[in-house]
Amino acid sequence: MSIEIMRIFIFIINLFFSFSLFAKQIDVCSSCDVKSLKIAIELAKSGDNILLKKGLYNESNIVITKSLTITGENDPIIDGGGLTYIFQVKADSVTISGLNLQNVQTSYSQDLAAIHISRSKYFIISNNTFTNIFFAILVEKSNHGEIFNNTISSSGTHEHNTGNGIHLWHCNNVVVHGNNIKGMRDGIYFEFVSKSKVYNNHSEKNLRYGLHFMFSNENEYYDNTFTNNGAGVAVMFSKYVKIYGNKFDKNWGTASYGLLLKEIYDAEIIDNLFIENTIGINAEGCTRINYKNNTFKGNGWAVKIAGACYLNKFSKNNFISNAFNLSYSGRMNENEFNSNFWDDYSGYDLDKDGIGDVAYRPVKLFSYIVNKTPETIVLLRSLFVDIINFSEKVSPVFTPDDLLDNTPLMKQIK
Amino acid sequence: MFKIIKYSFYDLMRSRWSYIYFAFYLLLGFVLLFLNNSVSKAVITLMNVIIVLTPLIGTIFGVMFYYNSREFTELLLAQPLKRSTIFVGQYFGLAISLSLSLAFGLGIPFIVYGAFESSVIWNFSLLILVGVFLSFIFVALAFNIALSNENRIKGFGIAILMWLLLAVIYDGAFLISLMVFDDYPLDKFSLITSMLNPIDLSRILILLKLDISALLGYTGAVFQQFFGTSLGIISSLIVLSLWVVFPILRIVYKSKKKDF
Repeated sequence: MSIEIMRIFIFIINLFFSFSLFAKQIDVCSSCDVKSLKIAIELAKSGDNILLKKGLYNESNIVITKSLTITGENDPIIDGGGLTYIFQVKADSVTISGLNLQNVQTSYSQDLAAIHISRSKYFIISNNTFTNIFFAILVEKSNHGEIFNNTISSSGTHEHNTGNGIHLWHCNNVVVHGNNIKGMRDGIYFEFVSKSKVYNNHSEKNLRYGLHFMFSNENEYYDNTFTNNGAGVAVMFSKYVKIYGNKFDKNWGTASYGLLLKEIYDAEIIDNLFIENTIGINAEGCTRINYKNNTFKGNGWAVKIAGACYLNKFSKNNFISNAFNLSYSGRMNENEFNSNFWDDYSGYDLDKDGIGDVAYRPVKLFSYIVNKTPETIVLLRSLFVDIINFSEKVSPVFTPDDLLDNTPLMKQIK
Repeated sequence: MFKIIKYSFYDLMRSRWSYIYFAFYLLLGFVLLFLNNSVSKAVITLMNVIIVLTPLIGTIFGVMFYYNSREFTELLLAQPLKRSTIFVGQYFGLAISLSLSLAFGLGIPFIVYGAFESSVIWNFSLLILVGVFLSFIFVALAFNIALSNENRIKGFGIAILMWLLLAVIYDGAFLISLMVFDDYPLDKFSLITSMLNPIDLSRILILLKLDISALLGYTGAVFQQFFGTSLGIISSLIVLSLWVVFPILRIVYKSKKKDF
């Protein structure tokens, strides 16, 4: 019996011992036993925690090949100091959080990033601050990760020597949320990324795009804000995309778009706000897209439909004080504009059902002319233009006569 | 000359037309600001009004004032006064009174609504400046037409036609030529064409200041490059001034030769 008890006792002690081994924590600070993060990583075993205490660490090219959790306490600063990566993650289940990463120089031959994740699963990058970096978070061929609550900022001046904020390539099932990105080339860049979610991010004053994705299917983008980016948001060559509850505003410039859609199939664009963009939505080669409950306010063009768009449905959208509500080229191609609110609709509603009794024509003659000869835009707001718009409204000759909103709403949708 | 300006000015005050004009702009300013909430939006709406109405009212007032004050003019001509003094004096009297009505009529509501505190103040000042220029230009043109035509109906007709020509038909022809010569580089052409017409020039000056320039695309970039520089601003102000100076010179010339 006593042997039995002894065995159990030893087993329990063993268990404790192994458990403490498993959850080992290594502290790093200037007065600790371990003074450098690199050494800490060397000492650590897979599954260990490394706690980085307050201080400045001049370390770069930190390669992580074990499943580690690296946490910062009181914003420790890691200074890359030049032409290198700061972290290179090459293992699964790595967590990096609470760090202050800075100084990664622009390289013209390598995509140097503060955190570079390659062929890894279950990574978590959270609550970090990135300043003065080339790329902030660069993820390739990885999946099931989470990137959240990071603050990324850089003071880029030119597109060619500035990197992207969160750059994902060949990834899937990644969640990107609550990040604040400013002054990069592209705020969030996705290429060949699928089944991922992007929400609650704020992308502002980036040189090129606030959000840019290509060949990225089945992703969801919601509750993000894209403000004042050089060229707005551009999304291309993707299928089954859901974009809802986002705000696109002040993307103002000669080549700037609230949302540029190119070759997008089967998407849902719902409940978004487009405010003061040169072009709210520019759609080209888009098929089966459902635009619903969006509000377009104070844009140059609210919606511009270029060629090769089929089966797009616009319904229950608000169009308020845009210079042009719609610019349209090509044939109808079964695109529909129904039950929207147009602020310049001048029809009446005799039966008081909230739906105008006269169909609305969203394309003005001038908008049609500008589409054909862009130079004519210099006549914007000229009296002559008002007159021809009016006469065209009375008897349409040039604008496509089947481009109609048959059930225009009398009141704005809340 | 200042006496003549003064008399014409007081005459207009007495005839109450300047008050009505003033009251119209005052009301317009308040209503626009009330409906728009934001001062910058109101400036855009106001631009449409100024571009169209100021020339029209300047034209009509100019012709009307000349024909109405004909007897007074004849009386003045009997005095030992230079003809140019009389007509130019009358012209300035009218133009100044119209400009003051415009500036105060719109200025008061905007100041009440806090234009000084917002960044819009420069746009607004430009708007008023352009409005004043347009008043001066169109009153001068109207005086020219009235001087050349004894027949009032004909004078009125020509004046309205002139307004129509500059405000509407010019743009129409411009638009058509842009569409016809679509295949050629048109930015220089459109730049020059729009500089020649005071209404178009004013419209574009304001449009570019109101940040609609981004809408104008490539053409806009050309315009911005030109009008954005001090050279552009100065040359457009010179063009506007020339539109005032030449008609005045013609008033002087015509009035000297005219038989009364």
